[in-house]
Amino acid sequence: MTAGGAVSPGRAVSPGRAVAPGGAVSPGGPIPSGSGPLARCVAVTCRFGQLTAVDQVDLRVNSGEIVGLLGANGAGKTTLIRLLLGLLPASEGEVALFGAEPSRETRRRIGYLPQGLGLYDDLTPAENLEFSAAVFGGGRDGDKPPGLPAALRSYGDTVVGSLPLGVQRRVAFAQVLSHRPDLLILDEPTSGVDPLGRARLWDTITDAAAAGAGVLVTTHHLEEAGECGRLVIMAGGAVVAHGAAAEIIGAARVSVVTAASWTAAFTALERAGLLVALAGRSLRVPGSAPEEVRRALGGIDASVQEAPATLEERFFQLTLSTSGTGAAR
Amino acid sequence: MTGSPGGVSGPPGGVSGPPGGVSGQPGGVSRPRGGASRPPGGVNGPAGGGAGLTGDGTRPVSWGLREVSVWHQNSPALDRVSLAATAGQVTAVVGGDGAGKTTLLRCLAGAQAPGTGQVSRPDARQIGYLPASSGIYPDLTVAENLAFRAAAYGLTAARAREQAAEYLGRAGLATARDRLAGQLSGGMRQKLGMIAAMVHRPQLLVLDEPSTGVDPVSRSDLWWLIARAAAGGSAVVFSTSYLDEAERAAIVLALDDGRELAIGTPEEIVAAIPGTLRAVTERPAAQDERRAWRRGGRWRIWDPPGSGAGAGEPIRPDLQDAVTIAALARELQLAGELQLAGGAA
Repeated sequence: MTAGGAVSPGRAVSPGRAVAPGGAVSPGGPIPSGSGPLARCVAVTCRFGQLTAVDQVDLRVNSGEIVGLLGANGAGKTTLIRLLLGLLPASEGEVALFGAEPSRETRRRIGYLPQGLGLYDDLTPAENLEFSAAVFGGGRDGDKPPGLPAALRSYGDTVVGSLPLGVQRRVAFAQVLSHRPDLLILDEPTSGVDPLGRARLWDTITDAAAAGAGVLVTTHHLEEAGECGRLVIMAGGAVVAHGAAAEIIGAARVSVVTAASWTAAFTALERAGLLVALAGRSLRVPGSAPEEVRRALGGIDASVQEAPATLEERFFQLTLSTSGTGAAR
Repeated sequence: MTGSPGGVSGPPGGVSGPPGGVSGQPGGVSRPRGGASRPPGGVNGPAGGGAGLTGDGTRPVSWGLREVSVWHQNSPALDRVSLAATAGQVTAVVGGDGAGKTTLLRCLAGAQAPGTGQVSRPDARQIGYLPASSGIYPDLTVAENLAFRAAAYGLTAARAREQAAEYLGRAGLATARDRLAGQLSGGMRQKLGMIAAMVHRPQLLVLDEPSTGVDPVSRSDLWWLIARAAAGGSAVVFSTSYLDEAERAAIVLALDDGRELAIGTPEEIVAAIPGTLRAVTERPAAQDERRAWRRGGRWRIWDPPGSGAGAGEPIRPDLQDAVTIAALARELQLAGELQLAGGAA
């Protein structure tokens, strides 16, 4: 909630705020007056027979903000995305995009990057973009679509299928952004990318948000959650936590064990039935206070201290207690 | 069985490529003391020293690669990379697609011969290898996959069942014993592949991107299996494209374009980074932009040594910053825009 969205682009921008001046103007026309959230789900449920894939989910994505959607496989993330794309009808509740029901018109204003990148392997990067522009009717208001960034033009006539994966990913990003979408939906956009490449992709994502787009992004890697202004964590089809990373972590603590021999400590804690995770040469024990850990260690020479939980550790607490699989682990 | 038969070094004149190697490229930023072939010291590892690639009986055994290069056509997939794999220790190889991770792990596991350089590994029956394809039979059940693998490694049926039961139970796969492996979810398949690779408690366990595409819950099971293998005495080497995961290993090797970008404990890699790092809230000016990236809603700017830091809040780099800086420095060196004295800090 900072004033001046450009300064801290990852932060939530107040819902009433219009698209940033000079930002992404939608080819589908201006955002309806009194623009609320770009995407909004209210108590949305989606059932497949007996299975409730999405259960009473509330979600909103505002202009200028990056919302991270986290959850294990089967938590309902993909179904929720399909609901937003208009590929699935909600069984109950309301899905609104740009204030209207999902439709072909709303789809035009969305940039969707699927996990498989959604490129045609036997077309060149430029041909992929031209095709996408034709499909989306990009530039129908006389505006030419941005086309291929200079750095990607050097690949000329090489078809996408023959390009390195990192380049393919950049082409896919260029394609997704080429019709200047108001809402970006990115499904694991940085999978397999090296750290510098990932930092650059996040630059692109953050630039799009700073220019007024709303971004909904899924990731399995919680280190990326720091780039999101707000997180939504799903488990068993429901939202189990939402807010900034620090809010979600809250006061959760773990015990950290530093021992001369981590292997001996690991074996002892395992025998005592505690949940133990290796981190470098120390061990982290979520859900157990230092006294309990010391008891389990018995005579093993080790120091046990309490430390704030990481987002990942908090994530497990939230998702395992919900999905009911905690006992199995 | 624990010896390294024939030195297992690369066959002279095998797979290979341009004689004289590919040199002249600026080195990675951090090229720490003594190179990677020295088994890294530490709390649990061997105490420092210049021990080479083999154990001496009193220290944990160490396997590894020394100055290994592999060429695909005329470009190096691996360029003089060294890495030690120490018993009871977890080592991470981190990099993006095409960085050389798979080639390195294949050389280490014996699935591929190095072009030049040496590889030291235990007898094949003492190696567990999870290839990127997870290496399981889709038309066998979970239990059949493990029974087959255990038999191949010469385990008795009883011993194999006992070992498999422990791992399956802990990894949340106990109820999937009779399911066809081909019908498992990605995360379950990876867990099965990993259990199949470690069911015979190998001395060397090599895992190619075990967690790619795996959700955080299954990933924590995979991490338990990794820790379990190392606690049982295996030397574990795994690859990943994520630094938060690499940071959980004792030793990290960052690869870029087949070359070592950085190696050491996470603390050592951070300490070896030249220059300084600062954070600003506004988009950096043009002269800084090439050395800047966004993180956590702010911009990080790296200032090489001697350039004098500009405005902003000084930041202590973490591993993610450090590897990003190393990649950036290499990119700028290759573009001729940066000279670092001696090619290293």
